[in-house]
Amino acid sequence: MKKIVEIKNITKSFGSEVVLDNINLNIYDNEFITLLGPSGCGKTTLLRIIGGFETPDSGDVIFMGENINGLPPHKRNVNTVFQRYALFPHLNVFENVAFSLREKKVPKEEIKKRVTEMLTLVALKGFEKRAVTSLSGGQQQRVAIARALINQPKVLLLDEPLSALDLKLRKDMQVELKNIQKATGITFVFVTHDQEEALSMSDTVVVMTEGHIQQIGTPVDIYNEPQNAFVADFIGESNILDGMMLEDYKVRFSGHTFQCLDKGFDAREAVDVVVRPEDVDIVPEEKGHLRGVVTSVTFLGVHYEIIVDIGGFKWMIQTTDFHDVDEHIGLFIEPDAIHVMKKSKFSGMFGDYSSFSDEMEKIGEVDLEELEELEAESEPDNE
Amino acid sequence: MNKKTRSLIQYMTLTPYSIWAAVFIVVPLVFVAYYAFTDQNFHFTFDNISRFFTATSQIDDGESVKEVHTYLVIFMRSLKLAVISTVICLLMGYPLAYIMARAKERTQSILMTLIMIPMWMNFLIRTYAWMTILQDTGILNSILSALHLGRVHIIGTETAVVIGMVYDYFPYMVLPIYSVMAKLDVRLLEAASDLGCPSVSVLRRVIWPLSLPGVLSGVTMVLIPSISTFYISQKLGNGKFYLIGDAIEGQYTANNLHFAAAIAFILMVILLFCMQLIQKLTNRKIIVP
Repeated sequence: MKKIVEIKNITKSFGSEVVLDNINLNIYDNEFITLLGPSGCGKTTLLRIIGGFETPDSGDVIFMGENINGLPPHKRNVNTVFQRYALFPHLNVFENVAFSLREKKVPKEEIKKRVTEMLTLVALKGFEKRAVTSLSGGQQQRVAIARALINQPKVLLLDEPLSALDLKLRKDMQVELKNIQKATGITFVFVTHDQEEALSMSDTVVVMTEGHIQQIGTPVDIYNEPQNAFVADFIGESNILDGMMLEDYKVRFSGHTFQCLDKGFDAREAVDVVVRPEDVDIVPEEKGHLRGVVTSVTFLGVHYEIIVDIGGFKWMIQTTDFHDVDEHIGLFIEPDAIHVMKKSKFSGMFGDYSSFSDEMEKIGEVDLEELEELEAESEPDNE
Repeated sequence: MNKKTRSLIQYMTLTPYSIWAAVFIVVPLVFVAYYAFTDQNFHFTFDNISRFFTATSQIDDGESVKEVHTYLVIFMRSLKLAVISTVICLLMGYPLAYIMARAKERTQSILMTLIMIPMWMNFLIRTYAWMTILQDTGILNSILSALHLGRVHIIGTETAVVIGMVYDYFPYMVLPIYSVMAKLDVRLLEAASDLGCPSVSVLRRVIWPLSLPGVLSGVTMVLIPSISTFYISQKLGNGKFYLIGDAIEGQYTANNLHFAAAIAFILMVILLFCMQLIQKLTNRKIIVP
């Protein structure tokens, strides 16, 4: 695959705060790549550096083999879909989409043809004369995408473009964006803090936190083979336990020795062990590797989410069978359900659901009488 | 709270403003119109209005004696000076407002204070200060001659009047434009440059059209007071440039209230018409580039 953007040793600080610390990243042609991380991880800053809106303190941005560090945004063959769209309020839908063509003095006939094409692509044909302020969030989003794509950029940058939409619309737009990307063959660099969005749309996911890239990989790799506790916790739900690698394919945690598929660790090396909540089988107490007591149950539609106390460590388990609070159950864990990771600075920070279950208990404890009193106080407004 | 009490409160809060508006805005306007269309004995007449358009006087420019429409000439002169002052205010104020809106917060408040400080001083004192500066033996000429740059004669010319107007009304141009510019979403400018616009195009295609409401109110707030000013022209123009404001004042002090009211009334109608026209031209929602 052809490299289209190379990020080399990029560092950027705002004041004394280091936002990006020696970032290296290759972006390939025709790829849907997602920068994923919590807010403040530096993902938007990295996007703005590619777009030309921020200059790195050090390091290089190489675009198709050419260093574009000093190139202003209007000379880059890159376009951006901004977070809250940034549509021009004084122009109608047609003129917003035609904006960059007018700047290039493209002939009128061609502008009309290309804008119509673009509006068809984003399913907004017939909206040409509408004021952008009269459109819904989803429609404004499409105008922003059409406006950025009409220039046929090599790379389209998208800065949390779906965050302002409601859940249903967001799901639809995810599919639509993916289709647009396939249809146009343009490289999409997508910034989001929503791991589900990242997994469902991307070819490549880049997980970032605190100005560092934690892991680069396909959605499946990232989910199944997280490199450290941060990635395991941020992508999906994880039980992360302190463990010890006894030998290849043999790991000990929670007072039991398990078969696993991991190797290449030192003998008796301390490790982090990830077990996904959906990979644990609930069995009668005597048949399980581990035993515990259910401390809370939440019904989530497709499955129940239950918190199980095993020797003081709270596990989260997803199951389609109902188990009541205080029930004693056994847990059975298959070798392929276990993923072993090296210790990192994130070890011990994530993957324990004890605080989570406390919260759950507190919510469960809300006094019914108190609720009734509250309702009684706020008398209906007779207007 | 039900609808009745809400509307009662609305009514009670609105009443003082309604009374204020009635007593100090509507009633005086009615009086101006009433005086404009009546004669000394308060009989209805168009004489005052027609006098404005028909009254003539003779001007001796040294070679020949010309007969001109007195008040129309005065009006055109007022309009010319006011338009020149407004254009200068806009040319100086627009870039300043832009720089201010983009500056650091601290710089913004310092610049704002600098623009406001002259407004805290009395208008007459400011005009007298300019007299001292611009006089033939004034501060400006002292400096120039100390630097051996010769002398300039400004006092008593149209230039002096324009300088005075620009100085007095400049803040009224800057502040409305600044307030619109400060609210401008930076991402719109980034979007424009992302879509291939160099800075000049960003200014022409995004900043300018979006700041037009500010420009319009700035122009209104400078043009209207400068067209009807009389004090500046008397002091800085040495009374040689009789403006429409001077005409109204002259008729008023000569106790000719009806004609003074007629001039004021005509001026008001013309200004209202002009402002409506400008508003129509700039208020088009879609400005095709």
